[in-house]
Amino acid sequence: MTNTKKQLMKGCEAIAEAAIQAGCRYFFGYPITPQNDIPEYMAAQMPKVGGTYLQAESEVAAINMVYGAAGAGARVMTSSSSPGISLKSEGISYVAGAELPCFIVNMMRGGPGLGSIQASQGDYFQATKGGGHGDYKMVVYAPSSVQEAVDLVQEAFDVADTYRIPVMMLADGIIGQMMEPVEFTKKSEGRKLPEKTWAATGWDREKSTRERAVINSLYIEHEELQELNDRLQARYKEIQEKEVKVELYNTEGAEYILCAYGTVARICKSAIALAAKKGIKVGLVRPITVWPFPTKQVHDAIAQKSVKGALVVEISAGQMLEDIKIAVNGEKPVDFLGKPGSIVPTAEEILNKIIELGR
Amino acid sequence: METVFKKTPVLTDAVMHYCPGCGHGIVHRLVAEAIDELGVANKAIAVVPVGCAVFAYRYFNIDSMEAAHGRAPAVATGIKRVNPDNVVFTYQGDGDLASIGTAEIVHAAHRGEKITTIFINNAIYGMTGGQMAPTTLVGQKTTTSPYGRDKEHCGSPIRIAEMLATIEGSAYIERVAVNSPGNIIKAKKAIKKAFETQLAGKGFSLVEVLSNCPTNWGMSPAESMKWLEENMIPYYPLGVKKEV
Repeated sequence: MTNTKKQLMKGCEAIAEAAIQAGCRYFFGYPITPQNDIPEYMAAQMPKVGGTYLQAESEVAAINMVYGAAGAGARVMTSSSSPGISLKSEGISYVAGAELPCFIVNMMRGGPGLGSIQASQGDYFQATKGGGHGDYKMVVYAPSSVQEAVDLVQEAFDVADTYRIPVMMLADGIIGQMMEPVEFTKKSEGRKLPEKTWAATGWDREKSTRERAVINSLYIEHEELQELNDRLQARYKEIQEKEVKVELYNTEGAEYILCAYGTVARICKSAIALAAKKGIKVGLVRPITVWPFPTKQVHDAIAQKSVKGALVVEISAGQMLEDIKIAVNGEKPVDFLGKPGSIVPTAEEILNKIIELGR
Repeated sequence: METVFKKTPVLTDAVMHYCPGCGHGIVHRLVAEAIDELGVANKAIAVVPVGCAVFAYRYFNIDSMEAAHGRAPAVATGIKRVNPDNVVFTYQGDGDLASIGTAEIVHAAHRGEKITTIFINNAIYGMTGGQMAPTTLVGQKTTTSPYGRDKEHCGSPIRIAEMLATIEGSAYIERVAVNSPGNIIKAKKAIKKAFETQLAGKGFSLVEVLSNCPTNWGMSPAESMKWLEENMIPYYPLGVKKEV
């Protein structure tokens, strides 16, 4: 399916197809709603391209199969939804500690606990602040349309390989379940990917030109563990400098700035149109990478002279809100609209909140 | 002078961290010799556990991966599916395999995963300081069964080899012991057979090795070998449990 014609596809299936087109040939997963269309698509399509789809006995096993495949040098992915990502979090920490590249999709659903199967943005903290144990980071992409999700997949794999880190796509269940017209035209950004000379593929003690491969996150001497952490932190700093993606919409000279990611950002754009009819100039800052967070861009948009205040909108109790407040650093008032669980705010609610801020 | 025995080059020269008299060193040598004799060192991948053998990647002179506690069979699955020509084995203890990792080992066997597992059963958690394992014998005292294992309270010891032998996807399952020269020779044969099963693409293979833990059993090495023979072997009978 490499034609460039637009076709109507469900988000989950489009992401799976984009992964195959990005050269992913190994998928390990476990059923959970609302992301089942990804493993189902992979089960049908992987055999046709000489790839492997394998249903694991649990999310725990799936991420450890990813660890093994990544350690063997493969381009590999898994996908799940919130409770399943919690189960994978141990493994993600090991992937990060062993400096392995992989791609993970989280189609967020309502929580905590078993929660709901409706869309949510309650896993922002888990994705951007850790989730698993230890000082590690993932690059986290938050698409707001099916097309954008497709376009980010190749980039996600390339970034994972470039920095040898796990990369996550953090999408809400709406992105996964809705159908939109998409085209698969996005090519690699031309990154020169490093060779995987570290992979464990079999070592000949007389003939191999590389060192014996040891894929490992155990550094029992604290000096050695410090070295690993210094290496990781240096990499994260480089990522923060080079890999931030953000959309600034209508922000210049705006009176109010909305901050939102994913599906909610699109509702914000509708609210901005409604506000314009009432003569209120509203802009939107939409992080596309929620880690690395576009701290400077958020600050600069909100700290403008024209801006009276910012409103963060999320399907959560206010998680990205904290990063926005850090970026704004008290220079302007920052308010919040959103509910935890799966209650999606409407454009009218957002407009009313903006009007309320003006009073 | 004629050389009648030398260390296999599939073991590194690193000094092992195991306690004096521990069976791990013996089993490491048997595994490495089997790999060497089969001529597959250049395509062998070791997946090592969390437990006493956590540093095994320092000792096996082949490409290696360290797995999270209990997850070695899943990691090995990922490796084998990517490079089916690799000879992939996991080396796991009884806490790792028979407690936290039961789902992974059962399903690796169930899928008929073409990997080999070397399972060390010494009836105790060694690395963490002698706690009760699923394989701890009834009445056996450990730091978390200080009055002896009570089966009414925490069940009877689990027989992994027999359990996995009932699974359709397992191709070769044998239990051996390393308590005497004769049994060590048999253990070596079993380990080699398990790797041959993998090389022949027949399915999942596992060798359960009854071993000792003098430190945490509170015995001398000689006493521990005697205890193994008198207490473990009667409950965990040796022999081939499955062969296809």
